[in-house]
Amino acid sequence: MSALRGSTGAAGGATTDRPDQPDRPALVLRGLAKSFVDVQAVDGVDLEVRQGEFVTLLGPSGSGKTTTLRMIAGFTRQSAGTIEIDGVDMTHVPPHRRDVGMIFQNYALFPHLTAAQNIAFPLEMRRATRSEIKRRVAEALALVKLEGLGSRYPRQLSGGQQQRIAFARAVVFHPRLLLMDEPLGALDKKLREALQLEVMHISRQLGATVIYVTHDQEEALVMSDRIAIFSRGRIEQLGRGEDLYDRPVSLFVADFIGESNILRGRFERDGEGGWLARGNLRWRVAAAQEDRAALSDGSAAAIVVRPERLRIVGLNDPAVAAPGVNAVEASVRDALYLGSIRKYELMLPDGQAATVRRQVGGGEREWQSGDRVGLIWAVNDAVLVADPNG
Amino acid sequence: MTDSWRQPHRLLLVALGALTVFFLLAPTLVVVPMSFTASNSLTFPPEGFSTRWYEKMVTDPQWSTGFVNSAKVAFLTAVLATALGTLAALGTVRGRFPGRNGLQLLILSPLIVPVIIIAIGMFSVFVRWKLAGSIAGLVLAHTALAMPFVVVNVATSLRTVDRNLELAAQSLGAGPVRTFRRITLPLILPGVMAGGLFAFITSWDEVVVSIFLTSARFRTLPVEMWEQVRQVVDPTVAAVATTLLAVTTTILLLALVVRRQAPAR
Repeated sequence: MSALRGSTGAAGGATTDRPDQPDRPALVLRGLAKSFVDVQAVDGVDLEVRQGEFVTLLGPSGSGKTTTLRMIAGFTRQSAGTIEIDGVDMTHVPPHRRDVGMIFQNYALFPHLTAAQNIAFPLEMRRATRSEIKRRVAEALALVKLEGLGSRYPRQLSGGQQQRIAFARAVVFHPRLLLMDEPLGALDKKLREALQLEVMHISRQLGATVIYVTHDQEEALVMSDRIAIFSRGRIEQLGRGEDLYDRPVSLFVADFIGESNILRGRFERDGEGGWLARGNLRWRVAAAQEDRAALSDGSAAAIVVRPERLRIVGLNDPAVAAPGVNAVEASVRDALYLGSIRKYELMLPDGQAATVRRQVGGGEREWQSGDRVGLIWAVNDAVLVADPNG
Repeated sequence: MTDSWRQPHRLLLVALGALTVFFLLAPTLVVVPMSFTASNSLTFPPEGFSTRWYEKMVTDPQWSTGFVNSAKVAFLTAVLATALGTLAALGTVRGRFPGRNGLQLLILSPLIVPVIIIAIGMFSVFVRWKLAGSIAGLVLAHTALAMPFVVVNVATSLRTVDRNLELAAQSLGAGPVRTFRRITLPLILPGVMAGGLFAFITSWDEVVVSIFLTSARFRTLPVEMWEQVRQVVDPTVAAVATTLLAVTTTILLLALVVRRQAPAR
């Protein structure tokens, strides 16, 4: 089956005219695990990726995302679990028969071959005809906007150009999956941002299914349809960027994606939701939050509020006592002007810090360092999570 | 300040280096003028100038067959040692298996074990196997001696080849054999060729094992020299030595040049 697919690809089939049922997942991981001699690198990963979807594996180094990718590519054999690509079990399929395009952080262009020969390589392996190879290499070079550089050797190309060639080489044979291992990690910020959009656009244009590994949360948010947050060999949370940002399931996710204010305390349940208590401070927790977090009464918990969801008001402002609002007295330690936003660093009565970001030009009052203020947020804007360190 | 004491210090170092080089090279280079002597005996300094010993070397069938035999054995050894040594380097550098370090040591052992011990061991075994005195036997023996040089050279090259290149080739549809032929081999070729040249030299001037494994009907050049020096001390030996030296030096320089052709990175 996989050999057949390889040859249809080489014969000029576009990604769109595949004979597959369109609703079959492109990739299914079930209970995937990998243990090395002394560590459990991947510890039971389940993931289903739709055809044409862009899924990012995001996590700190050592969280198992790269090992997962290498198992999908076939470079590392899993210790347990299964990998299915287009409905076919890949357990005993060697990497060269998986029909998977891989892009490495260091590009891994063949230094003894020109850019065009690099791109031609997968087509030659699939025994495409000479004219076919010539046509498709030209197409691929045009796709990455490097027409005319085909005769250069990798060392004669800039980092960004090398990564474009690596990309062209990985997509030219229309693989069933496109795997990328921190492909933009070695580039400077500006180029990285430009290439993020380019990689995203071209992948969509080709209808490619992409599994993308990065530790850069911004990159993940920009590019992905869905993001899988990895922590200690497991997927901590899987979802769209908005889901992860607005409804993190754990302190780890809240902390990893975006900036967070984390208020720790004890959870106290009551009829309609509950409270987070911390010393003599108490904040309301919405019933929906309580349901989701499923915490027992009295357990260590935290509420997470994004800096832009916090508001600063005067101490006597009526908003402080409004229903559905949590409030706490605070003092402004730093008021920072950052162009489009103002950033305030506040201190709560118990010494904990909080960060507030407000748009400039919204007609809001401007606060100064040393001001005594009320810090408020809507009950529904805070997320309740368990505090494993509590 | 520092220069005042460093200057004589450096001078001493240079002098010491020059002296070392002189002691190492002089005995070797002394045969070159000796080979052009006009007299009938090996003398230094040489008397007069003549190329007649070179003429004798070329015309005397004993010398010329020795020359051809040596070239044959060295060439076959180079081919065999390069092929086996490259595979051994691949296995020990890329492979992950128990006993890898032990195997590595075993492959390199001919560099450590005294040659005379190897020679005696091989002789006793090869006699039983009827390989003593044959070209095949000598090629096999020299291959064992030469393989470490190939393994060391190829392994060094291989360690500079990014493992991701091989993985990339595989993900692009190349099986292990095609990955080796199209990607790995071209990138380690300088190391392979340097290893092959070192293997050639190893066989080309090997004398101890050869003495044991050659016969009167089949002699290599160094063995022929050994025999001749023991019987008649005739300046032809110096001419042959100079020729050997020239060939070895040329190949050694070639190996250095080849090895410097680092794979394009």
